[in-house]
Amino acid sequence: MKLKGKVFKYGDNVDTDVIIPARYLNTSDPAELAKHCMEDIDKDFASKVEPGDIIIGGRNFGSGSSREHAPLAIKASGVSCVIAKSFARIFYRNAINIGLPILISPEAAENIEAGARIEVDLDTGTITELESGRTFQADPFPEYMQELIKAGGLIEKVKREVGQWQE
Amino acid sequence: MGMTMVEKIIAAHTEHETVKPGQIVNARVDMILGNDVTTPVAIKEFEKIGVDMVFDKDRIAIVPDHFTPNKDIKSAEQVKMIREFARKHKITYYFEVGRMGIEHCLLPEQGLALPGEIIIGADSHTCTYGALGALGTGVGSTDLAAAMATGHLWFRVPETIKFVYNGKLNKWVSGKDLILYTIGDIGVDGALYKAMEFTGEAIESLSMDARMTMSNMAIEAGGKCGLIACDEKTEAYLKNRAVREYTPYYSDPDAEYARVIEYDVSKIEPQVAFPHLPENTRPVSEAGGVKIDQAVIGSCTNGRMEDLRIAAEILDGRKIHPDVRCIIFPGTQEIYMEALKEGLIEIFIAAGAAVSTPTCGPCLGGHMGILASGERAISTTNRNFVGRMGHPESEVYLASPAVAAASAVKGYITHPEEVV
Ligand code: SF4
Repeated sequence: MKLKGKVFKYGDNVDTDVIIPARYLNTSDPAELAKHCMEDIDKDFASKVEPGDIIIGGRNFGSGSSREHAPLAIKASGVSCVIAKSFARIFYRNAINIGLPILISPEAAENIEAGARIEVDLDTGTITELESGRTFQADPFPEYMQELIKAGGLIEKVKREVGQWQE
Repeated sequence: MGMTMVEKIIAAHTEHETVKPGQIVNARVDMILGNDVTTPVAIKEFEKIGVDMVFDKDRIAIVPDHFTPNKDIKSAEQVKMIREFARKHKITYYFEVGRMGIEHCLLPEQGLALPGEIIIGADSHTCTYGALGALGTGVGSTDLAAAMATGHLWFRVPETIKFVYNGKLNKWVSGKDLILYTIGDIGVDGALYKAMEFTGEAIESLSMDARMTMSNMAIEAGGKCGLIACDEKTEAYLKNRAVREYTPYYSDPDAEYARVIEYDVSKIEPQVAFPHLPENTRPVSEAGGVKIDQAVIGSCTNGRMEDLRIAAEILDGRKIHPDVRCIIFPGTQEIYMEALKEGLIEIFIAAGAAVSTPTCGPCLGGHMGILASGERAISTTNRNFVGRMGHPESEVYLASPAVAAASAVKGYITHPEEVV
């Protein structure tokens, strides 16, 4: 699967409190959450983001709280994929569980600038900067996670397993 | 080759004899936790799975603590949804306002987090239970849903970093200072994907309350869990609480660690983490007397009896500075009652502090003490991210209850010695 979009770029330690501030957590409606996504570090994000766009972060992206509202808000805002130097572990789990593609690529995070248009090939992990043609390679997912992603997320996987027991 | 504590705990919950770091396993979980923010999302996912019942009604705890007592209509609707779910599934450990507490103070107190267990919570500070020798770890709402349905969850076996705290603690230096110092040393991603194991004579000397403060903040270094081996103190704490039998696990002497880090705690003074990351720590003597508008004492990090006693020791017979609002929130109803009986609540109110019912409240900028733009708080909570306690242009400084109470009296960040 290939994803294409323009890049929103942020620094290290983008935490879940800035991805979706706690003051909006009295709802779990993804569309509502998306309106406030990234608000505390980038007021324009919600109005500027277009379907398919890609977020690039630095180290420890998604640190802090376990709120799944964070990847949900990112996904609901139309972002197709997040690339970072590293991800905080709960955010990593959550993104995979809900089917938000995330890629670890320190080189891409270092070299690609905000506003660039890029293409991400999820099957190979290749990230291409469209204008320059430069490519970067992301780490492949462990096998178990590839299965999870293929199944369409954790709930789909569990649903199948539960279905098998019930038979 | 020996195994670390976390490897043994994980292996004991799978069909494997041994497990290795990096391996992904499907493990049985002993206890599952959700709160009023994360459970509603989980319920929606749970309903998609198509099972009629939760896997075990006695192994799920649901605690409305973040926006409770309900702060507005939306929060009330969220809590209504989880209350109805708890009733429908006859969840044994649903804790209602008036009988509740902040989840990570409450579960250990109720004997629901035990040595050797795997406890997952859709809340990042589930790592608190590491203080009891349990693999407590934070997960998301979808994980919570899957685990409620099946009693199992996928885990990646983490490598372990061993921390050895040698020497004796100085007066006014607490578990909070040790963990802030540690995060300052290794950074907010210093233990990313890894288990932290806290050992050494200084850890043995800590009370259970102080140990829970340390394990609570393992996540602030990116850790999966923050483990402390079960000892006589743990056994004594659990004696009349534990709701289940339990088996503690200990690291083998020849276990393999990713790193071993040693500290001499006699060189550590009270710490303050400056905005906007828990790793921005300085000794309080170098905090430069930052003026504060609010002091917050409580939360799942420092809302236990020992914390309240230290705050009371400092506030007894003194007054909160006229320019400071001091908000104190005990961790659970039981702690609140004990503080009341000991006369601590009276000391707080006489000093001019506001005392709140147990709630997460100001810790996550929910309610009960939100900061305006440009305001500064010293807080015994665990996060000082941008906007954490209110306006994106407000600031949070993290410290121990002793430093927070002393600063509340002075009006600026200060060492407790300057007050007592
Ligand atoms: S007190 Fe703060 S850190 Fe602890 S569970 Fe509540 S919101 Fe989270």
